[in-house]
Amino acid sequence: MNTTNPLILLIATIFTHNIALVYILGMCPFIVISKNFKTALGMGAAIIFVVTLTAIINWPIYWLILVPAHAEIVSYLIFIIVIAATVQLLEMLIEKFFPPLQSSFGIFLPLITVNCIVLAVLLFMVLRKYDFIQTIFYSVGTSAGWALAIIIMAAIKEKMMLVSDIPKGLRGAGITMIIAGLLAFAFMGFAGMITLQ
Amino acid sequence: MSPKKTVKRSFKYTKWFKALTAGLWQDHPTFCMVLGICSMLAVTNRMNNAIAMGLGVTFCTVFSSLFISIFRNVIPSRVRMLAYMVIIATFVICVDRFLKAYFPPISEELGPYVGLIITNCILMGRAEAYAIKNGPLLSTLDGLGCGIGYTFMLMLMALVRETIGFGTLLGYRVMPGSWVNWVVMTIAPGAFFLLGVYLWIFRTIAKKTEA
Repeated sequence: MNTTNPLILLIATIFTHNIALVYILGMCPFIVISKNFKTALGMGAAIIFVVTLTAIINWPIYWLILVPAHAEIVSYLIFIIVIAATVQLLEMLIEKFFPPLQSSFGIFLPLITVNCIVLAVLLFMVLRKYDFIQTIFYSVGTSAGWALAIIIMAAIKEKMMLVSDIPKGLRGAGITMIIAGLLAFAFMGFAGMITLQ
Repeated sequence: MSPKKTVKRSFKYTKWFKALTAGLWQDHPTFCMVLGICSMLAVTNRMNNAIAMGLGVTFCTVFSSLFISIFRNVIPSRVRMLAYMVIIATFVICVDRFLKAYFPPISEELGPYVGLIITNCILMGRAEAYAIKNGPLLSTLDGLGCGIGYTFMLMLMALVRETIGFGTLLGYRVMPGSWVNWVVMTIAPGAFFLLGVYLWIFRTIAKKTEA
């Protein structure tokens, strides 16, 4: 078992090992949804919620069912099905019980099924052998880190839209990549503080 | 004109050829749709990782497109996402096991990124945009075209990143001894910058720009 302190894990995944800017995951929504600050906030909140929930559900499934049964080979399939089912269930619950949330939060849920981060958190959880408490802190930290990155990106792009004159070919995805590169530099400034294995 | 030449020319205008080549330039998964960026940036710091990843993705696009298009009339549209996921995940497991068995060092280095082929948007995108509407043969060609286009892009990224970042190519030293490695190319920011520059160049050439 991994012996990293859960609190260190939380700080590390938000800043020094940010999943968007250091591991480069979850890029498709990062490019497409980061045009508007409000939308980015909604997406970030939805991601934090879904990632934490799926990690909490999948940890016991993997360690208490799949490993004793020596069925690790189907873990990808099980993870994907659990993610899809959780998202679908969440969507239905929100539609039924919290209709006001639907417009700000619910519309992002179907997109999350194909978001790399949800699956990536589960794969890292297995690879690094986190225990249950560590998994909770790790999933909260990772998704919060991703949300932080997309919110910063959206804020920068919204400001940039007003003032800057970008070359035609670089508009859209191109300039997003350049900004992400600069952001990644900024986050790497924290890198010496903590090492994760 | 020999008859052979006319056959060749007319082949260029068939729908088969079009399905195959669309993914290579016109609908290139990276430049036109900006899909599948995650694994592209993360694994291209060395050439052999890029080639392994590209072949893995190509295998998955070909077979998942084929099977989705075979079952396209049976899959209920309400659960089609889940059906795509299950089909794709099956082939990704094959790739993962193959790499683990025959190329353990590459498998080690790619780590979780092999499993993340499942959520690579290219697979889902091709399934939803093409395979669910077209026959098995056309879908397979389309998947093959997209996979090859993606592999080329990975190799293009790795070519620059490995030569400049490590001074080597496929593990062999290519740069002169006095070359100082640009460490920035081997880590995330370099990957972002390089893809930004590539997007700029290719989109200017193809005249496909966003407002």
